[in-house]
Amino acid sequence: MRLLRIVPDDTKFDFMRFRRISFPLSALFSILAISLYFFHGLNFGIDFKGGTLMEVREITGPADLAKMRATIAGLGLGEAQLQQFGGPSEVLIRIAEQPGGDAAQQTAVTKVKAALGDKIQYRRVEVVGPRVSGELLSYGVIGLGLAILCILVYLWFRFEWQFALGAMIANVHDLVLTIGFMSVTQIDFDLTSIAALLTILGYSLNDTVVIYDRIREMLRRYKKMPMPDLLNASVNQTLSRSVITHVTVSLALLALLLFGGQAIHSFTATMMFGVVLVGTYTSVFIAAPILIYLGVGTGRDALTSPDRN
Amino acid sequence: MLYFTRWKTAAIILTALIVCLFAVPNFLPESMVASWPKWAQRHVVLGLDLQGGSHILLEVDTNAVRKEQLEGTRDDVRRVLRDARIGYTGLTVRGNSVEVRIRENANPQQALTKLQELSVPLGGILGGNGGRSLNISQEAGNLIRLTVTDAALLDRVRHSVEQSIQIIERRVNELGTVEPLIQRQGTDRILVQVPGLQDPTRLKELLGKTAKLDFRMVDTNNSVEQAAQGRVPPEDDLLYGTTAPKQPYLIEKRVLVSGGELTDAQPGFDQRTSEPIVSFRFNTAGARKFAQATQENVGKPFAIVLDNEVISAPVIREPILGGSGQISGSFTVQSANDLSILLRAGALPAPLTIIEERTVGPGLGADSIAKGKISSYVGAAMVILFMLVTYGLFGLFANIAVTINVAMIFGVLSMLGATLTLPGIAGIVLTVGIAVDSNVLIYERIREEVRGGRSPINAIDAGFSRALATILDSNITTFIAAAVLFYIGTGPVRGFAVTLGIGIITTVFTAFTVTRLIVASWVRWRRPQHVPI
Repeated sequence: MRLLRIVPDDTKFDFMRFRRISFPLSALFSILAISLYFFHGLNFGIDFKGGTLMEVREITGPADLAKMRATIAGLGLGEAQLQQFGGPSEVLIRIAEQPGGDAAQQTAVTKVKAALGDKIQYRRVEVVGPRVSGELLSYGVIGLGLAILCILVYLWFRFEWQFALGAMIANVHDLVLTIGFMSVTQIDFDLTSIAALLTILGYSLNDTVVIYDRIREMLRRYKKMPMPDLLNASVNQTLSRSVITHVTVSLALLALLLFGGQAIHSFTATMMFGVVLVGTYTSVFIAAPILIYLGVGTGRDALTSPDRN
Repeated sequence: MLYFTRWKTAAIILTALIVCLFAVPNFLPESMVASWPKWAQRHVVLGLDLQGGSHILLEVDTNAVRKEQLEGTRDDVRRVLRDARIGYTGLTVRGNSVEVRIRENANPQQALTKLQELSVPLGGILGGNGGRSLNISQEAGNLIRLTVTDAALLDRVRHSVEQSIQIIERRVNELGTVEPLIQRQGTDRILVQVPGLQDPTRLKELLGKTAKLDFRMVDTNNSVEQAAQGRVPPEDDLLYGTTAPKQPYLIEKRVLVSGGELTDAQPGFDQRTSEPIVSFRFNTAGARKFAQATQENVGKPFAIVLDNEVISAPVIREPILGGSGQISGSFTVQSANDLSILLRAGALPAPLTIIEERTVGPGLGADSIAKGKISSYVGAAMVILFMLVTYGLFGLFANIAVTINVAMIFGVLSMLGATLTLPGIAGIVLTVGIAVDSNVLIYERIREEVRGGRSPINAIDAGFSRALATILDSNITTFIAAAVLFYIGTGPVRGFAVTLGIGIITTVFTAFTVTRLIVASWVRWRRPQHVPI
């Protein structure tokens, strides 16, 4: 049986030349993503905004969304969003946080339940009070920051500081673009999104570290090779692995996306974008070439070569 | 890299086998596992999002605790000054303090000394931190201010939480649910997780009620109408009935007997009207007080007050001496039952507020399990097929290693009795991706070494030793992300971090041992002339 070779042996793509395109492009997209975040905003879920989320199913048949909307609007609970969720009889109801503290949220739930009657099955009810939502958001942000910091310190120990910095720039870039993606698609931004962002961070770093590992090895072996050539060789040598790994991860994610159901849909969609699209691009076109600018490999023939083993 | 001593081989196989065996109870019917020893019975616990249930976070009302503490202090001051026969005026609660003005003719110094006795060291018998419960200061014009310290408030809140947990446990146990979890969170919060509830309404009702029951006299000397217009006599409270239209009552502040002196409460039916009632029994002291109060007040109405609502206000027809009685007040069977649960469990020291609620119905949970299964199977099938197509025989090795890896994840999860959530399943699927990557790294490296002109065995050896360093580096970074996620996350997110973290550890283990052992055995057996990848 002939085995599948997605990437031929001994590729010699000149990835480094693309840095004159990829760097401005990434800068542009990053700025775009940041402005999206500020001007378009994220669709904060109840985890961070507070409020009530109910997943209901009409027992008798398809749900009448318009009628339900009118019923809930009549309760005077402020902003309420209803959307089809999964099957035709399933509806997701979102009610904004009620003024008047934690107890007021519970009152809202009781009111909605009374108004919708007993032909409704409550598949999921989530109520997050104002204080908890604030805490969850700060925990999320602290967590992301903490993770980035820990990883930075680890890479600093394992590699030269330039590598740690390069990996950081590359992966913060991943996170920024992913947040931009979440803003464009208005995917619910909740606790699972933080989980998705952290996983993207982990995965991208995983990928970057594999290439950096190779670069470090090459630096030890070829003391005189010009930096762009050396980086090109490293990326090309690991290209087959990068592609195969991303295919398998994509296959796993695709299965989750198609069959995992609504509950983890936004999670997998975000992961798909962050890991498969951005992560791969970043490792090859940003993380590797940025080492040139950070001064890795200059003065290598001196005794201070980055060989720390 | 390809040489394993015999004991090392045995150790690897044994470790993998034992860890995998721990996963077995998850796949057998419960009746079969029940006869096994306890340590072997451990299995993965399904999270609330998969089996359905309620997650409710409660917070002790700190303001109520503070208010109660201040009022208690005010009453203490009154008692101390009266006992010492010291004249005073203007005893009030202001902000965080109690203020009292000592009269001109009294000795403020003596008052201060007496009041100092109210300030007790905190921390009880365990020594504490040297703080005291009150800061007492004397100000101009014989004004004495007693401020409740923050430490004292915190102490009281903590104590309230501990008491509340015990009371909630008793209440929730009455619901007859399996394995409810009740634990403290932070200083002033209580987490209640009850699996398998169809509807949390009743649970929330049981949790949300303070259940403070008092027997008090109805004030018949003053007019209710006047009180309703805002002129409530200082010794009375204006309270309302439970059923619409809510009837106002003027109830004396003085408590005849409190619910704390009940020893039992049971739901039942009135023998004449056959409507639901709650019958109760007092302890000895309560029975004596109740007997005395009813003897003195025959012909007058008294009120049964629950959480500042009047359940009923019957007229005392004859002295009640037996220490038991019954409450009737338009109950349903359910509400009579609930009230007796609440009375048996006791009153909460302070009101609790629900600040977070997440309830998943059993239907959605079952759906999620089904979806988790399908996506795992499909994902695994696609990955397995892809690996076979890409690496052939070595792909088969990788698939065996990954299967062992997943079995080991379940084994470790079972050993820890960890909770599996829907994001947790996603974590396992992603681990499959990472686990495959470790094999890809090794194989690609071997391919390279072969291209570099090494002999097959040399190439395999070098491929392993070089790839393993990379695998370790790359997995530690992902592990750090998982660890942080575990640390900051709650509920489902934490479930994801757990499976991802465990998955990374088993991945590194299988890459370093299982995969290597399989390939090494193959090399020894076939003595390959070329590497088939």
